[in-house]
Amino acid sequence: MFPPRSQRILLAVLAASALLSAVSGRLNPYFLDVALGAGISVVLASSLNLINGFTGQFSLGHAGFMAVGAYASAMLTTTLAPRLGLSANLLQWVFFPLSLVAGGLLAALAGIAVGAPSLRLKGDYLAIVTLGFGEIIKVVLQNVDAVGASRGLTGIPNHTNFFWVFGSAAVTVYVVWALLNSTYGRGFLAVADDEVAAEAMGLNTTRYKITAFVVGAFFAGVAGGLYAHLKGYLNPGGFSFDKSIEIVVMVILGGMGRHSGVVVAALLLTVLTESLRQTGAFRMIVYSVLLIVLMLTRPQGLFVWPLWPKKEARP
Amino acid sequence: MTEFLQQVLNGVSLGAIYALIALGYTMVYGVLRFINFAHSDVFMLGAFVGWAAVEKLHLPTRSFGGGLAALALAMVVCAVLGVVVEKLAYKPLRNRSTLTVLITAIGVSLLIQNVSQNPTIGFGPNPRAFPELFPARQIHLGGLTVSTNQIVVLAVTIVLLAVLYWIVHRTRIGTAMRALSFNATAASLVGINNDRIISFTFALGSALAGAGGVLYATNYPSIDPLMGTLPGLKAFVAAVLGGIGNLPGAALGGLLIGLVETFVSGTRLSTFRDAIAFAILIAILLFRPAGLLGKLKVEKV
Repeated sequence: MFPPRSQRILLAVLAASALLSAVSGRLNPYFLDVALGAGISVVLASSLNLINGFTGQFSLGHAGFMAVGAYASAMLTTTLAPRLGLSANLLQWVFFPLSLVAGGLLAALAGIAVGAPSLRLKGDYLAIVTLGFGEIIKVVLQNVDAVGASRGLTGIPNHTNFFWVFGSAAVTVYVVWALLNSTYGRGFLAVADDEVAAEAMGLNTTRYKITAFVVGAFFAGVAGGLYAHLKGYLNPGGFSFDKSIEIVVMVILGGMGRHSGVVVAALLLTVLTESLRQTGAFRMIVYSVLLIVLMLTRPQGLFVWPLWPKKEARP
Repeated sequence: MTEFLQQVLNGVSLGAIYALIALGYTMVYGVLRFINFAHSDVFMLGAFVGWAAVEKLHLPTRSFGGGLAALALAMVVCAVLGVVVEKLAYKPLRNRSTLTVLITAIGVSLLIQNVSQNPTIGFGPNPRAFPELFPARQIHLGGLTVSTNQIVVLAVTIVLLAVLYWIVHRTRIGTAMRALSFNATAASLVGINNDRIISFTFALGSALAGAGGVLYATNYPSIDPLMGTLPGLKAFVAAVLGGIGNLPGAALGGLLIGLVETFVSGTRLSTFRDAIAFAILIAILLFRPAGLLGKLKVEKV
C-alpha cells in the first residue's frame, strides 16, 4: 500500500483548490487565466513525464492526445449538453467532469491506437511516429466539418474553474506518483533503465510502454478538455508540434523522471511564457536556446536535487 | 493513360526532391545513429540562399547559368551551416544518450526556424515569392506536359546522386564513411579520424538538402521559414521507407513518397495528402521495420 501521507496531501490540495475556487471570482481575471493555464500545464507535463521521464520513451505527440480530449469533451458540452436540459450547477459539477473523463478516455483509446504499433520501436523512431500521429490528428481535425474544420470550434461554455484545474493537476500528480510506487509500477522504471534486462526479468515491456502511453494520453485528454472549457474556442492549429515541444521542454527542464521538478517547471514556464509575451517573436528563440544549452550543460534537468552534485555522475 | 503518365512524371520530380533530403537523413543516421531534426531547416535555408542569390547578389534570373550558380551557392552555404551545427551542438554530445542528442536536434531545429521567422534578425514570418531561377517553358511530348523546371530537378538530382555514389564508393573519404557507419570503434582503430568523417557527412548531407531547397522552391515558388517542416518529415519517412542508413533506399523511398503523394492529391482525399506519409510510416514500421532495402539487425546483449 502507499503511505497514507500521499493521500492526505492529495486531499489537502483538493480542499485547498476548492476553497480557492470559491474566492477565485474576486481575483484579477488575467491572473486567474494565467494560473489556470499553469495548472493545465502541470497536468500535461506530469502525464508526459510518465511516458518520457519514467518509462524512458520519447513521445512528441502529446498535443495530439490533448486535441482528442479537447474536441471530444467540447463536442459533448456543446452538442449533447443543451439537449439534456440540465441546470447550470449540474452542468458545471456533474456533466463537465464526466465530459472531461470521456475526453480522457477517447484520448486513451487514441493512445492505444498509436502505442500498440509504434511502441515496439525505440527512441527516435517513436518520436517521429508520435510526431506524425500529432500531425495526422491535426490534419483530420482540419478536415472534419462537424468539429468546425479549420475554422475551429466556437461557443464552448466556460466550465473550467480553479477547482477542476488544480483538482485534476493534483489527481494527475498523485496517480503518476502512486502508479510508480506500486509493485506493478516499478516495472516502468525498469523499462527505462534497461529494456533488455527488464525483459529478461520477465516483464512484458511492450505492455508497460502501452500502459504508460494510455495513462499519459488519458490525462493529456483531460487537460485538453480543461483547456477547451477555459478558452471557449478550439483551433486545430493550436495543437501543433510547437505545443508538444512546449510540454517536452517542461519535462526536460524539470528533470525527466522527477515528480516535483516537473511540476515546478510546468508552473514556472507557463508564467515565464506569459511574461515573455511582450517580446513576442523572441519567445520561441529563448525556448530553443534554453533547450540546447540545457542539453549541453545540464541534461538531467534544472530542478534536480542536489542542485550541484559534488561528484560528476559517470554514465 | 496520358494522365497517369503525367502524374507519374509529377510524382517523380517531387520524389526526386524528397530523395535529396532523405539522403541527408540517412547518411547522418548511418554515422551517428540519430535523426538530425535540423535537417529540414537546412533545406529551408537552402531555398532562402537561392532567393538571396537573386535578390541580394543579383544573379541573373531565367537562365540556366544563374540558376545553377544559385544552386551551387545554396549547397556551399548549407554545407558550411551543417558543419557548424554539428560542431557546436552535436559534437559535445558524442557519447551521450540518443535522447539527449535528439532533444538537442529539436532545439537546433526550433532555433533556426524561430531566428528565421524573427523580423528583426531573420527573414520574418511572411512567405516570399521565389524568383524564377530557370527559364520556365512547357514542353509538350505527345500528351504530356513537361516543364523545364521538372527537367532541371530530374537532371540535377541524377547528377548529384551519381556524384554521391562516386564519393561514397570510389573515394578514400567515402570508404571511411562506410567504415564508420559499419563499426565506429573499429574505424577509429584503423586510423580513421571519426570527427572529420562525421563533419564531412554533415557537409555532404546538408549540401544535398540545400540543393533540394532550391529545387523545391523553383517548383513551389513561395518560401517561408516553416516550409522545411513538412517536406523534411516526408523525406524522413522516405528514408525509413527505404531502410534508414541505406543510400539507394533513401532515393527509392523518396521517389515512392513523391509518387504516392501526387496520386493522393489527384483523388478526393487530396486534403489528407500531408497525413498519408505518416500513415505509410506507421505501416512500414509495423510490417517491415527495417525498410524496403534495409536489413534487420539482431540486437546483441
